[in-house]
Amino acid sequence: MKRGWRNIGTWVGAVIVGIAAFCALFAPLLVPHDPFAQDLGKRLLVPFWMEGTDPSHLLGTDQLGRDYLSRLIYGCRISMMIGVTVTIVSGIIGITIGVLGGFMGGRVDDVVLFAVTTRLSLPVVLVALAVVGLLGSSMTILMFTLGLLLWERFAVVARSTTMQVRNLDFVAAAWCAGCSRFRILAGEVLPNIASHLVVVATLEIALAILLEAALSFLGLGVPPPLPSWGLMIAEAKDYMFFSPWVIVIPGIALFVLVLGINLLGDGLRDLFGARSDA
Amino acid sequence: MTAIEVRNARKTFKAGKRTVVAVDDVSFSVREGGVLGIVGESGCGKSTLARLILGLLPADSGEIAIDGRRLVDLDRKARARLIQPVFQDPFASLNPLARVRDIVAMPLRAQASFSKSEVAKTVEEMLTRVGLSREMGGRLPAELSGGQRQRVAIARALVLRPRIVVCDEPTSALDVSVQAQILNLLSELRRDLGLTYLFISHNLAVVEHVASEVAVMYLGRLVEREPTEMLFARPEHPYTKALLASVLTPEPGLGVPDVGLGDTLPDPANIPPGCRFHPRCPIAEPRCATTTPAVKPRPEGGVECLLA
Repeated sequence: MKRGWRNIGTWVGAVIVGIAAFCALFAPLLVPHDPFAQDLGKRLLVPFWMEGTDPSHLLGTDQLGRDYLSRLIYGCRISMMIGVTVTIVSGIIGITIGVLGGFMGGRVDDVVLFAVTTRLSLPVVLVALAVVGLLGSSMTILMFTLGLLLWERFAVVARSTTMQVRNLDFVAAAWCAGCSRFRILAGEVLPNIASHLVVVATLEIALAILLEAALSFLGLGVPPPLPSWGLMIAEAKDYMFFSPWVIVIPGIALFVLVLGINLLGDGLRDLFGARSDA
Repeated sequence: MTAIEVRNARKTFKAGKRTVVAVDDVSFSVREGGVLGIVGESGCGKSTLARLILGLLPADSGEIAIDGRRLVDLDRKARARLIQPVFQDPFASLNPLARVRDIVAMPLRAQASFSKSEVAKTVEEMLTRVGLSREMGGRLPAELSGGQRQRVAIARALVLRPRIVVCDEPTSALDVSVQAQILNLLSELRRDLGLTYLFISHNLAVVEHVASEVAVMYLGRLVEREPTEMLFARPEHPYTKALLASVLTPEPGLGVPDVGLGDTLPDPANIPPGCRFHPRCPIAEPRCATTTPAVKPRPEGGVECLLA
């Protein structure tokens, strides 16, 4: 139990994710300004560590005079929302498919493996671009497209862990006790593979956040004027030589959040690993 | 009345190109209230046989009947009310995330014909019966000792009041000091509840203690079957003799007894022709390599050896 929490990285990750979750949940209460309000008289104000800063705009303003800190906090909300929703959608799909394949074996498992291989042969970014290009960009479309594309890691992990648990005697005992397949899956198998799935979920959240940023950067993710971090980077790239902070700030935010999620994921993996060793 | 009837059961496994014959044309029956001990070295197919009888694996051919009804005709709920397992390793046979109370209640809940209060009452009675206190019901398996865990597994097996219990090495994962307690508990429960046991073990002393009849298994076949006292007093098959001779003596300095079977373990994917025991048999004759022995009946059992 202790190894995971003794690791400083786990704590760093937990704190970063905690702050991000807090910002995401309470964004409307935290922001100093309306993130959508433009003020062309205050374009590209510099952040607090540079000379000539406006104290009411801690991180300065963007090219349309919108408060950068407010947009960053709202961007966090959007990133977290996309990360979590995509992970829930892909988790439901992947875990269902993986557990069924691992538990039933035989033909069902062949179909599951085929589906996973098919999915792996699809380039995520290209498919997502094509779907968003055809259906238009909105957050809902983006979340469901990514959710439908990112389930394979859940499926692979759920399948292999289910196969391990399936062969344990307590599953045989449940079978002999006359439990239904559903009862065995829900009561005996799922709780015992949940710790592995939580680790996958953290990785998927980070991946979904990065993909959203990439798609938004390409102009096919979250539609403006929503303040997505990827979109902020895209909009800032024209100004990066004269006002570098407009690209540096969302870049660092993205990097720190993904790093934090990954650190937390690693910590959780160690934590659960330590528990199953004991 | 026979509790378990197995006729010509056969089970093979495919491992790549090799076919492993785990249970090869095995027939036997256990009368109601009896205890049949099955002994044999690891890999001889005794656990596979247990799994066939429990319905955890389908037999390739042959027929298995419990309580006069064919296993394949019973649905799993009905089967659960007749026959239950106790597995070897109580660390693997209990869901690590379930409380003891819920583990024992599981077979009752699966039947879906008991009310909540009935389930709670039956579970409590069963826990007391196997010698666990009330507070144990709220514990997780990790908080129990090996012996206590095996008691939980026994409680789970008996909570539906089955007629037959298949014990697959129920004591071999336990400390020696606890083994006797569990064996006594099993004997006590059999007497009180009128159970029939199929008792699988590699430990001859354990089998001698609990079984009324013993069957010796070698490479997927039952090579000798006899009431316990007769088998231990006058073993006929050379393999049975070797097994009896291999029991370790508590005398220090004597080392491991040499039973004259050689160092090579038999390969179930490559069963020798003729008598399958002949390559290791200390008294084998040339004809043993060519003639497959038939079962020679004895007054209350049988032996499968050309020379017996």
